[in-house]
Amino acid sequence: MSIQVRFDLQQSNFRLNIDLAIAGKGVTAIFGPSGCGKTTLLRAIAGLERIDNGYLSVGDQIWQDANQFLAPHKRSVGYVFQEPSLFDHLSVHRNIEYGLKRAQFKDDSGAIDQAIELLDIGHLGARMPNQLSGGEQQRVAIARALAAKPKLLLLDEPLAALDETLKAEILPYLESLHRDLDIPVLYVSHSRQEVARLADQLLLLDSGEVTAYGKVADLFSSVHLPLAHQSDAETIFEATVADYDAEFGLTTLDFPGGHFFAVAKPLAIGTKVRLQVLARDVSITLDHQQDTSILNIFPVTIDELLNKDDVQMTARLMAGSTPLLSKVTRKSAQALDLKKGDVVYAQVKTVALLT
Amino acid sequence: MIFSEQDLTALFVTLKLAGLSTIILLLIGTPIAWWLSRSRWRFKFFIEALVALPLVLPPTVLGFYLLLALGPNGPIGGLMDSLGWQPLAFTFTGLVIGSVFYSMPFVVQPLQNAFSNISNRSLEVAATLGASPLDRFFSVAVPMAKPGFITASVLGFAHTLGEFGVVLMIGGNIPGSTQVVSIAIYDHVEALQYSQAHWLSAGLLMLSFVMLLIVYGVNRRFSGAQK
Repeated sequence: MSIQVRFDLQQSNFRLNIDLAIAGKGVTAIFGPSGCGKTTLLRAIAGLERIDNGYLSVGDQIWQDANQFLAPHKRSVGYVFQEPSLFDHLSVHRNIEYGLKRAQFKDDSGAIDQAIELLDIGHLGARMPNQLSGGEQQRVAIARALAAKPKLLLLDEPLAALDETLKAEILPYLESLHRDLDIPVLYVSHSRQEVARLADQLLLLDSGEVTAYGKVADLFSSVHLPLAHQSDAETIFEATVADYDAEFGLTTLDFPGGHFFAVAKPLAIGTKVRLQVLARDVSITLDHQQDTSILNIFPVTIDELLNKDDVQMTARLMAGSTPLLSKVTRKSAQALDLKKGDVVYAQVKTVALLT
Repeated sequence: MIFSEQDLTALFVTLKLAGLSTIILLLIGTPIAWWLSRSRWRFKFFIEALVALPLVLPPTVLGFYLLLALGPNGPIGGLMDSLGWQPLAFTFTGLVIGSVFYSMPFVVQPLQNAFSNISNRSLEVAATLGASPLDRFFSVAVPMAKPGFITASVLGFAHTLGEFGVVLMIGGNIPGSTQVVSIAIYDHVEALQYSQAHWLSAGLLMLSFVMLLIVYGVNRRFSGAQK
């Protein structure tokens, strides 16, 4: 299953031009600066915005083509807006039931219970929306979108209107969605941190055009995209918990190119985790340093080396099949005579567990 | 007995007129108010001005034109005459039609305000949850506009209670059929029956005041609940 999207909207001060097949599973983050068309794209997919001459199909269902435009209420979507937008006149439970009651295919497989459990809002059922905190309201809004078992979940910056504390409260729930949900999710965001934690695929949008689409790990580590040259450039990878050293409190994490030692709370062996390494925390040495406090050192091949500006360079290193970004000064690169294809050692100062 | 039988009949006619007009106004006014609150048509203001006209027009002017239209020689009256129906002037039905025009702004404006306060977002959420446009209107817009409906009903009802000019023009003053309280009071004063005029006036005063108390009480409760 995939989501075929083709929209071409030309307005005097705005344009959106997209022709893409988006993966029909996992979380696809739609990422870009404000005004790049992220929200318009999401609204067009839900049918809330009508872009003429477009094409949209989800799986084997055509939602829009030259001959038809399926009204929003006939599309099986869950949509979560920036603001929770709960129905103030209905209790939490009736808010959540609203979509299920109207679902075209009644599904008694317990989607509503699953949604309530996932978002941990069982105890709020009888309350009215104005008796909830902002974070609770947004959790109810997400559960409401899920309860009718949509074919597609659309999240339009669901955390943007919340302060940092509330964001931190909701992120774990979104992560559990990511783990436990088998429907595709399109997640509009302009927060790189959210993308790093939640997304499987990444769709980069700029001025209404797709600049890149692919796996998050690939796009984050591509030196040809602006992401890799920002000061917070990072590499993310999937790893598996292999061992826990209780004496030193260190977790061993296996990834296809080797293994990391990380400081983390004990996790069961075999747990899949997502790791984040900032490019500025990765340095390059020509020899395997022995007398260093850095634990994570492994051989890598320089895959690409690009000038970021006159001072800094961004290197893409390959540890086996896993890319790793590193920031080096141009001076160091010249002193070490770094070239594409060289085998060097990467020293990783900090590894963060995202999930 | 405080009220004469004729006074009681006038009171009954008045309440029936006000009740019936309010129900009809809610049925007609709701779609008009909804359309006014959502439409982006550039000449919408024309309709808004038309609806508001009875606020400023002397009731006798409105009554005069309605009399012409509903009378046997008027366009509506003539049509009814040719179909073999009774003309509507000087009938209770004619009064109801007059009241509907006369009280229209008092029903449409509170509803329009209430509908305008409903965010498009709520309706969009309902749409993505599978609610058709009609379903959205009844399951989201109407409950959210509840204070507006209460205000509109009470204002429409209370305003029709006090109708005088329009009734006099198109209803005449037929006891038991088109004589309403306001005209009965006028008749009593003309006949120097002050004590009867007192009782009817005081009754109307109390009724109107209680109804307005309800409106303002409800509005206070709802605006309080939203905070």
